[in-house]
Amino acid sequence: MIIDHPLLGPRDSSEFTYLGDARLIDRPDPDGGDAAAAFYQYAYLRDNPAGWHRELWFHEAGDRSWLVVTRNTLTHEISKVELASDVARAQGRSK
Amino acid sequence: MLELTPKPAIDAPDQTIGTVTIAQNTGVALASVAARKGQLAACEKTLNTRLGAVPQVGKAVSGKVETGFWTGAEQWMISAPEDSHEDLAEQWKRVLGAAASVTEQSGGWVVFDVSGANMPAMCELLCSVPIRKMETGDVQRTMIHQLGCFVICCDAGKHIRILGPRASALSLHHALTAAATSVA
Repeated sequence: MIIDHPLLGPRDSSEFTYLGDARLIDRPDPDGGDAAAAFYQYAYLRDNPAGWHRELWFHEAGDRSWLVVTRNTLTHEISKVELASDVARAQGRSK
Repeated sequence: MLELTPKPAIDAPDQTIGTVTIAQNTGVALASVAARKGQLAACEKTLNTRLGAVPQVGKAVSGKVETGFWTGAEQWMISAPEDSHEDLAEQWKRVLGAAASVTEQSGGWVVFDVSGANMPAMCELLCSVPIRKMETGDVQRTMIHQLGCFVICCDAGKHIRILGPRASALSLHHALTAAATSVA
């Protein structure tokens, strides 16, 4: 599998490690009223789709960036690769 | 006064195997520079002043004395001769102040210079960098025998510099000599 890194171009997937669902970016507010339920949901309850899935990959043997990779879990086709920092910023996180 | 010199990472003489020469370079001072949030412009200004240009993605820039290469988004590694720049990290920290996190790296890495006609063939055995496509000044981080290393193309097709973890210097040296023997 080749991951087309937004900065470095196509790189072999062996250089990356996989974390999981890209929704892990949206960490619940620990001070929120429903924090316990929200963290239970965040930590344990995940979809396991047969098809397109947005997931977090870490470029461990490269520039050490976190990526959001949109991958088809049935075919391993990758349709989109973004820097996780860009994704978080687009959601209004950080700067 | 005692003449003190730092102990090298490993006690290995320069070695020529076939056409490939593997030499530990003990004279490189290193420091990493990482721009703090929103301080990219300030860092780029300093890089411009000291190196002559800002190293772009996957590239190195050689200034008069110091060399810098891109290691990640808004991060660079700076190198200079150890003799004159033992306090490299301090020098950069003085200039950059709160604009960047500067960390001394000299003690963390072992530096090998690999040169010779068969270097590309040897490099292909070691790691997945596209060595025959790399131009002088290209830099890539990669895995060599499970070790995260930087491969810097110093002279395309002839000379690469490999920065690897100092704690695994002997393992890396073994990997290099084994690959050189294989292509000799």
